[in-house]
Amino acid sequence: MAFTPTKETYSGKVYPVSIGTGESEVTFGGENVLPFHSFEGETPNGPLIAYEIQDVPPSDWPENVRKPYEAVSDDPVKWAKHCQEGLKAKAIALRLTGTHPDRENRSPEDATKTIQDVLAAISVPLIILGSNHAEKDSAVLVAASEAAKGKNCIIGKAQEANYKTIAAAAMANNHKLIAMSELDINLSKQLNILITQMGFEKERVITDPMCSALGYGLEYTYSVMERIRLAALTQNDAIMQPPMMGDVGMYVWKIKETQASETDMPEWGAAEERGIAWEAVTAASLLAAGAELLIMRHPKAVEAVGNFLEELA
Amino acid sequence: MALSGVEIFKLLPKTNCKKCGFPTCLAFAMKLAQRQASLDACPDVSEEAKKVLGEASAPPVRPITFGTGDKAVKMGEETVLFRHDKKFVNPCAFAVEIQDTLSEADIAGIAEQVVNSEIDRVGQKLRVDAIALTNVSGDAGKLEAAAKTVAAKAPGVPVIICTENDQAADAAVKVFAGQKPVIFGANASNVEAMANVAKANKAVLGISANGLEELSALTEKVKSLGVEDMVLDSGARKAKDILEHNTLIRRAAVKKNFKPLGYPIINFVQREDALLETLVASLGVAKYGSIVVMKNIEKWKNVALFTLRQNIYTDPQVPMQVEQKVYNIGEPKAESPLFITTNFSLTYFIVSGEIENSKVASRLAVMDCEGLSVLTAWAAGKFTASKIAQFITESGVDKEIAGKELIIPGYVAILSGSIEDKLPGWKITVGPREANAIPAFLKGRAA
Repeated sequence: MAFTPTKETYSGKVYPVSIGTGESEVTFGGENVLPFHSFEGETPNGPLIAYEIQDVPPSDWPENVRKPYEAVSDDPVKWAKHCQEGLKAKAIALRLTGTHPDRENRSPEDATKTIQDVLAAISVPLIILGSNHAEKDSAVLVAASEAAKGKNCIIGKAQEANYKTIAAAAMANNHKLIAMSELDINLSKQLNILITQMGFEKERVITDPMCSALGYGLEYTYSVMERIRLAALTQNDAIMQPPMMGDVGMYVWKIKETQASETDMPEWGAAEERGIAWEAVTAASLLAAGAELLIMRHPKAVEAVGNFLEELA
Repeated sequence: MALSGVEIFKLLPKTNCKKCGFPTCLAFAMKLAQRQASLDACPDVSEEAKKVLGEASAPPVRPITFGTGDKAVKMGEETVLFRHDKKFVNPCAFAVEIQDTLSEADIAGIAEQVVNSEIDRVGQKLRVDAIALTNVSGDAGKLEAAAKTVAAKAPGVPVIICTENDQAADAAVKVFAGQKPVIFGANASNVEAMANVAKANKAVLGISANGLEELSALTEKVKSLGVEDMVLDSGARKAKDILEHNTLIRRAAVKKNFKPLGYPIINFVQREDALLETLVASLGVAKYGSIVVMKNIEKWKNVALFTLRQNIYTDPQVPMQVEQKVYNIGEPKAESPLFITTNFSLTYFIVSGEIENSKVASRLAVMDCEGLSVLTAWAAGKFTASKIAQFITESGVDKEIAGKELIIPGYVAILSGSIEDKLPGWKITVGPREANAIPAFLKGRAA
């Protein structure tokens, strides 16, 4: 019996999304096959990894991921420059953690200032993330969209509770938009529909089906991503064709496995390596499931995932 | 090749005798094609039909066990390409390479690492499953000596003997007589001799090839030589090739029922860079590897890979559950708050994560609701006032805490009165509806 490879041709395709301006513009998405299946179709752009920085010092990050940024993380501008120049980041994700009412409760005007300062200091594309407080985010991200006008950023995240104001602001200022729903393909589809019904082009959306860390629900994110991607490719479902993202660092660096010391958990081995591996394995798994944009924290995890991507190209 | 219902029908007696429990032979044939019936149900089927149909109806990836006893590794039996379609059946085994050029002490050291690799995670025992002993020396005596050290230091651990020399393989495999090791491997130049060694010693034979075409030809040859238990190596070593070959092998088996590739896959991912090796191993776990062979098994690496394997091989149709008990988050004192929620793993992870974020040490009582989330469990009558009261009483948590206060999820605020009735002396506080409001809730209480 002679072997003939079963190659698949799909009717659908993932939208390519470009962010940033000029020479630093980057594109992700655009493939017409399952992740890294370059043997049966086109994968014109690799996934993009963005380094996460914050508007306030990362006092909430565990020590092993705070350490690499110790010298720069007191100031988002210094931090952003370090990522661009020291770490050769291709994109930076600025999380406006300090705007959360339970944190520093910084105002939209504060956020505007931070964004303008960071944008002035870097040339790589910027992703601007709120503090995940639905109400506050709608005010902050409207200001953020205006502050970054003309820079072709990604604004996020729009959720069911606040998508109208955020999508309108992103649209008016010509940005891309993250649409986040909670681990359910139908909710994800519904939110994308609601956003496009406002006149926001589906080609400018990035779907965030909600990340989970390895060991803490990763299998849900993994399968929702696979299902979304299959819907995009096999059913040619246009509303499911935006690229997907994984907000990996935030979910990984709050669980026990990235914090517990080796003294407390001897059977888990070296704490620093464990945390890095946790972030890298979570990222690699989501790439295999279909994520095209990852937001990550630890430089060594980013480096390892970069090497992994090189092997997959 | 998978047979269609009509093709199967042609092989049946066509008597419509109904003895199989179906109204007609055609109906029975359709059920057979969907793997929802067994040919045994037909008393009149011919021997020839049995042979043809038996081959066609076997699982697309042959079930193979390697090793024996309680550490035996089950492989194969997979039926799908995506875990959301149906549970992946037999979790990928992790193996560590031991080179026969190492000193006896070093070999013993790695063997002991394997034996001590077991950890417990959400009630499952996870470990490095096997040892891949490689004949790097090219010397048969060295391989045999190393095999003896492994057998002594890691008794019962399944072994993959890696050599292209059939005499070396024969000597080493005898060290594990009756323990069903894998011999790896047969290739185009030694296939007959290796098949004989595997057959004589009742071992699984690893097949190594350059690409899938050669691989298919080799497995057919090995099968004709009387060895049916095989594991496949397409020669892929780079992540890109591993993904491509593993995918094409699984597709051929599952979608085309292509028998020559209907065997478990072994992936060799050894790399100097331990972290990169971890990532390529994780690709093997997610994408159809049955054995992943690595260079090192550091504890930090094992715990990440064990967890990934557990995640990928979870049954997507059965909600993951956590054990019913009162969990400590941080180091709670007598006056720390006490929350209650259900035992759906995602609910638990999210609630405990948000309590951790709040940095307020707490107790979280997790109640067995068969893995349902709060609202669903409430609607299904599994998260009711009387059941909550019974659980809290039986848990004995009241002896650990100062004030008898229980914080319930905001979604079941309606229960607060009836729980108070059933738990005399307790104060029931309604917490937030969504877990992400817990930090603010706790902050508000402290103020």
